[in-house]
Amino acid sequence: MKSSFVVGLMAVALTAPAMAQKKYDPGASDKEIRIGNTNPYSGPASAYGTIGKSITAYFKMLNEQGGINGRRVNFISYDDGYSPPRTVEMARKLVEQDEVLFVFQTLGTPSNTAIHKYMNMKKVPQMHVATGATKWNDPKNHPWTMGWQPNYQSEARAYAQHILKTKPDAKIGVLYQNDDYGKDYLKGFHDGLGAKKSMIVKEVSYEVADPTVDSQIVQLQQSGADVFFNITTPKFAAQAIRKAYDIGWKPVHYLNNVSNSVGSVLTPAGLDKAVGIISSAYLKDATDSKWANDKAIAEWRQFMNKYYPDGNQADVFNVYGYTVAMTIAQVLKQCGDNLTRENVMRQAANLKGYRAETLLPGITISTSGDDFAPIEQVQLERFNGKQWELFGEVMGGR
Amino acid sequence: MSRTNVILLAVLLTAACALPFIVSNYRTFQFTLVLVYAIALLGLNILTGYNGQISLGHGAFYALGAYCAAILMDKMGAPYWVTIPAAGAVCLVAGFLFGLPALRLEGLYLALATFALGVATPQLLKYHHLEKWTGGVQGIVIAKPEAPFGLPVNADQWLYFFTLAVTLGMFLLAWNLLRGRIGRALMAIRDHHLAAESMGVHNALYKSLAFGVSALYTGVAGALGAIAVQFVAPDSFNIFLSIMLLVGIVVGGLASISGALYGALFIQFVPNIADEISKAAPWAIFGIFMIGFVYLMPTGVAGAVRLLLARRRSHEI
Repeated sequence: MKSSFVVGLMAVALTAPAMAQKKYDPGASDKEIRIGNTNPYSGPASAYGTIGKSITAYFKMLNEQGGINGRRVNFISYDDGYSPPRTVEMARKLVEQDEVLFVFQTLGTPSNTAIHKYMNMKKVPQMHVATGATKWNDPKNHPWTMGWQPNYQSEARAYAQHILKTKPDAKIGVLYQNDDYGKDYLKGFHDGLGAKKSMIVKEVSYEVADPTVDSQIVQLQQSGADVFFNITTPKFAAQAIRKAYDIGWKPVHYLNNVSNSVGSVLTPAGLDKAVGIISSAYLKDATDSKWANDKAIAEWRQFMNKYYPDGNQADVFNVYGYTVAMTIAQVLKQCGDNLTRENVMRQAANLKGYRAETLLPGITISTSGDDFAPIEQVQLERFNGKQWELFGEVMGGR
Repeated sequence: MSRTNVILLAVLLTAACALPFIVSNYRTFQFTLVLVYAIALLGLNILTGYNGQISLGHGAFYALGAYCAAILMDKMGAPYWVTIPAAGAVCLVAGFLFGLPALRLEGLYLALATFALGVATPQLLKYHHLEKWTGGVQGIVIAKPEAPFGLPVNADQWLYFFTLAVTLGMFLLAWNLLRGRIGRALMAIRDHHLAAESMGVHNALYKSLAFGVSALYTGVAGALGAIAVQFVAPDSFNIFLSIMLLVGIVVGGLASISGALYGALFIQFVPNIADEISKAAPWAIFGIFMIGFVYLMPTGVAGAVRLLLARRRSHEI
């Protein structure tokens, strides 16, 4: 009796400091963690809206399973129609009125640019933004913003590494879209080639407003290039693939991840014309027969059937939403009872080899105080006329 | 102006001044946007409501004003208040010049020509020879002005009052403009342009001027909007903006000054309400609201209010 009393006393003494360590910022409490989000559920980019829906479904599942450290997640997602002023309005609503702990997966490069300054001024984390621009990895100047997916530069570095390894005497031709997205890729590619930058024999650009890139492809062929790095958005990617094939130019063709959709790029270009193209991936594609018996994909299918039955299971965006939601759940688990905005940032920057199983085998998520780029690895894949086939090892973008 | 109107106006103004001290900063920001839209709608109403020229491209002038403000502030270090008259002047000229060829187009044809302008705007803003100025697709981020002279208000409240002052000025200007000779000429052209011409109204000049002044208003609104949002990018000014402006004046009330305010409240708040009602089909809900308004108040909110006041007055007598 006496001993149990002592044990009880000790237990109280032990738990007391733990209780005292519970720390909350607005949006967190014993019962709830409020997370804000904007997604284009309407407007020109509404195809991306399914990401917001799959994340919502993920948290629904998580809450049914008991939430995170006993707290349920209240995921508040607003439609911004991919319009930056709306994003500003919604972000302010989330921070000032709904008082969320942080915003997560706000989607779009212009939308996130619009709230970049605001979030950092307010010191509210802008977590795992849904865009591939490299500028989100800038902990010095923007310590409250973090990306998630491999950024354009690290992807381009992977292609450069592969060229250096497999074809050191290559003559490279580059076609890029003349805007920040295209230049981001180009910079990563230059960095990846390093001292061997002179391997690039020709760089040509096009404008989004251009009708075709036919003349650019002809220029590249005439330059004598035998390797082609294709930095284009879907419509132009399809044109470039078809034109190169039609004029009989047969370089080793690297296509950026932005345009590696079989349905919307390779099919319009002609599947037979796309054989041999190299691109990269970091998520398991649910349509790939290789993952038909994969445990993580099976779990994802169960999740989709139960919590997001309207969702298209052929759409890789739904794997994306599921995976990024798993990542933030891990960050929040690490936060424990210290749910301050500062600690959310600190834990997000303290992922050490975290593995979400829907990522390709070998790809892990690592961050640190001066590295705000969670996924930096990709694996190359080659198109076989029917689907992408992964090959080689996972490549670190560094 | 009747006595009741003066009292009503005074009450409204007091309420407008008290507002930012009652509601949160976020709401203050929303009401700043309402004032911004009100100026833009007033501009469009001068053209469409009073002069009968339909424009589906006023988003272009809004964008022009916004970019004027952003470029002046970001690239040339101009203080924010300078950008308002500058944006107005640039848009006045642009509107007047656009109005000249538009003279040859009537009704639906003018609507199509302005629609082309509205559709082209985001792409023109991305044009890469202008990138040095416009920042291309990335747009321009601008700093938020702080309250001057150490006034005890925060940046959001200050911007609200600044916008309120500009709005009052612009409304007063419109009121003077539209109630006099010019307003009558504009309406005469709308109602019957041949008759107006035979009465000595210079049709071409007035129509181009209406375009210019209308663009000036919209440009001023664009500049204020850019300062409030602190960001401009091509994707902010797509065709949808132009259409929403047109929706605003029709719902608020054509050829009505106060209608601009009602319309602004509508286009600012109804999409948010719709989004809260249904995530799956926010625009369907918005459509229901719009049909409801147009069906119940065929002359706009302003027309319905006028009718209501007139009824009360006849009861009193």
